[in-house]
Amino acid sequence: MNANTPIPGSSALGQPMDRVDGRLKVTGQARYAGEYPELGLLHGSVVSSTIASGRVVRIDASQALAVPGVIAVIDHTNRPPIASYDEDYQDADSAEGSPFRPFYNDRVLYSGQPLVLVVADTLELARHAGSLVRIEYEIKSHQTDLSVGQGDAHTAPAETPKPRGDFPGAFAHAAVTVDTHYSTPNEHHNPMEPHASTVFYKPDGSLEIHDKTQGTQNCQDYLHSVFGLEKEKIRILAAFVGGAFGSGLRPQYQLPLAVMAALKLQRSVRLTLTRQQMFTFGYRPQTLQHMRIGAAKDGKLMAIAHDAIGQTSRFEDFTEHVVEWSGMLYQCDNVQLSYKLAPLDVYTPLDMRAPGAASGMVALECAMDELAIAAGIDPVQLRIVNFADSNGNEGKPYSSKELLACYEQGAERFGWSKRNPEPRSMRQGRQLVGWGMAGGVWEAMQMPASAKASIDSSGKITVSSATTDIGTGTYTVMTQIAAEAAGVNPEDVTFVLGDSSLPTSPLQGGSFTVSSVGTAVQQACRALRAKLLDAVRMAHPQYAVVDMADVGYGDGYLLIDDQRFAYADIVRESSHETLDVQIDAKPDDKREGYSTATHSAVFVEVLVDEDLGTIRVNRVVDAVAAGRVVNSKTARSQILGGVVWGIGQALQEESQTDHTLGRFMNHSLAEYHIPVNADIGEIDVFFVEENDSIVNDLGSKGVGEIGIVGVASAIANAVYHATGKRVREFPITLDKVL
Amino acid sequence: MSATNEQAFAGHSIALTLNGQTRQVDVQPWTTLLDLLREQLDLVGTKKGCDHGQCGACTVLRDGKRINACLTLAIMCDGAELTTIEGLADGDTLHPMQQAFIKHDAFQCGYCTPGQICSAVGLANEGRASTDDEVKELMSGNLCRCGAYSNIRAAVVEVLPSMNAAPDQGGRGQ
Repeated sequence: MNANTPIPGSSALGQPMDRVDGRLKVTGQARYAGEYPELGLLHGSVVSSTIASGRVVRIDASQALAVPGVIAVIDHTNRPPIASYDEDYQDADSAEGSPFRPFYNDRVLYSGQPLVLVVADTLELARHAGSLVRIEYEIKSHQTDLSVGQGDAHTAPAETPKPRGDFPGAFAHAAVTVDTHYSTPNEHHNPMEPHASTVFYKPDGSLEIHDKTQGTQNCQDYLHSVFGLEKEKIRILAAFVGGAFGSGLRPQYQLPLAVMAALKLQRSVRLTLTRQQMFTFGYRPQTLQHMRIGAAKDGKLMAIAHDAIGQTSRFEDFTEHVVEWSGMLYQCDNVQLSYKLAPLDVYTPLDMRAPGAASGMVALECAMDELAIAAGIDPVQLRIVNFADSNGNEGKPYSSKELLACYEQGAERFGWSKRNPEPRSMRQGRQLVGWGMAGGVWEAMQMPASAKASIDSSGKITVSSATTDIGTGTYTVMTQIAAEAAGVNPEDVTFVLGDSSLPTSPLQGGSFTVSSVGTAVQQACRALRAKLLDAVRMAHPQYAVVDMADVGYGDGYLLIDDQRFAYADIVRESSHETLDVQIDAKPDDKREGYSTATHSAVFVEVLVDEDLGTIRVNRVVDAVAAGRVVNSKTARSQILGGVVWGIGQALQEESQTDHTLGRFMNHSLAEYHIPVNADIGEIDVFFVEENDSIVNDLGSKGVGEIGIVGVASAIANAVYHATGKRVREFPITLDKVL
Repeated sequence: MSATNEQAFAGHSIALTLNGQTRQVDVQPWTTLLDLLREQLDLVGTKKGCDHGQCGACTVLRDGKRINACLTLAIMCDGAELTTIEGLADGDTLHPMQQAFIKHDAFQCGYCTPGQICSAVGLANEGRASTDDEVKELMSGNLCRCGAYSNIRAAVVEVLPSMNAAPDQGGRGQ
């Protein structure tokens, strides 16, 4: 037995393990936020504003209150006391500015703003009574059109990298240049589960809340400061979250409204938003982007300028990383980035899957394709020529960056070498065939996180952290990490999450859950193993000084010389019922000298009907470099999902605003198009080997975002190759191709 | 359910065979089958994603046929045989479609999953799909925002042949 190593073949890491919560999900036993019953539970229904700007003059709830079974109608005039200061409404994903304060006063800041909450014995009564509420407004003029509002744009309060080198000079002298504008639309997350909160009002006045969230403790903190409740009296639970993609990063308004009703009535209340109301809070903001790229004849980048304008609300400055990627993906000495925000009479945007990168990389990677064509260089070759092994924005080397392997292996699997570069040169009958590609990048971050590990006398380990599983596979991968680190089989591990009373966890987002919580779980389980060894040292004097490095482990045993000590026996022989450890994990200092990121290369085949302009994504190959993959099955699914999102972004998704009303028009799943099964062709996902000893001890970077990045640009580039038409306004609908 | 709820729902009595059990329930004329299942009977496996027949999350089997529970009034189900996701497994033995969904990782968040599985079982009962392309088309009434479509196809295509051979597995109420 090698020293301090798992028994060969016993490692759970990397295995394509089935989801541990799979059985609950396929049998309908997994309960989501709005699905917890209680005797006498009340139901809420929100009445939303129909104007985009102004004031509420009068709310007439008399007809609603006359409906038998209606318990209360709550608005800004009769709500329980709430905080007034901005900082009391700030949360772990706040934007700069004054957060929206639901039911605070009579001001209407955007169309769809919640104004009234009707509470009744049944959902149907609440909804019906809501339709009887009459609201009189004082209407003010509004502006929701970014193309008009961009004139008032101000510099975003973001740490946009300072210019380096001399962009204007280098661009002016470049042999080949591209100077183009792109736009991306507003998009809504639309998780399948609408946002919901079930607030159980306990006899002692404490609140137990099932909320749809990506951060249980974020919601707890928010309610603590908004309502002045003691934290100990608020427990947020989120055992299952029916998708979020960023929509649950901030506490959404259904949570404080349900709490208002519960506090006012001292009753338990559930509030579930309608699908239409899923369009009344955060979204991916529209962007207007200007790319200028200059290169030498051989394609070497001389100059890059990326200027972006995003929309925001009048009360907060929402920022995301739109332009940074243009300064870090490729080697270029003369770079100039700018990022502005235009305030409109809308709600504040919100992080949505790969926030910033999904939008900004559209401009960069389409412009790179245009540059390849202008320079007469193969698009893959152009990217290889400009590969950067350090991040020019930060002046730091990448901890690992197997992007060249992504290009090479992806091209090989796709059959890129058979591509005729001439547009409209490939076809299948009436279908024009287009092959396009793009690169992807996303940060590999790590946040502080805590975890607790506990083993009982049957050898079963329970590991916990307050994080959530929004479909990402957190339950499963944490089980694998814990099993590997503790030296037990995954069947002997239970991972508990989604509870604000558990050890501190960051928001689940940004692809940093494996890196952050996974590291805490790994450290906690290693510490638990050390504690088991301590117990052996105590109980067996002959091993009192045995070194951890000389102890093998696996399958629930410690191995010292030829002696096997079963974990269950060790706990039984100790004087404790369980052995416990809790760990607070932090990013390792060694990360500071490096830039850390995931990368991908996406290859796409589209078929464009020559007569009808319909576009189908027939085939996608996505080569991903994300460090070590903890679960090859769930990680692949994450990337598959990201690719589907990229297809939606490229061809379908757009929240369209009627600027006369200042309101999203297509606020339903019939009119806000997302891909359906028939839209999805063959998707080949694979992970290139990438060893990274810097990023964290797991060597794992996270895969939630990287799957979407680059996909929309690869599709746009393929559409150009198929049709000879360059569409720069997303989504690429058939009218733009015909 | 509170006493007030029961009074509010005191309406028309209908008889159902629900997941193999005969049930007598009182429903209001406006109550949808989806709200009956979720709010009155606590069968929350059937999901509400849009309440407008646009997403398929509420798909259940009525007399073996897949329907949107949100577009079906409960009162129209008098005498019907209904199977929801809770009724597909045989005790601890999962339905082959449920098993295949786990094996192929045909879900992530799980919210559309009951509807996808009921829809797939209904598709098998229809007996008109066997290829990947047919499944792709005929499963397009069930949205999945996590984007598990190709895994869903893999699961459905794997199970269809065995179900076509033994159509009685098709959730006609065990």
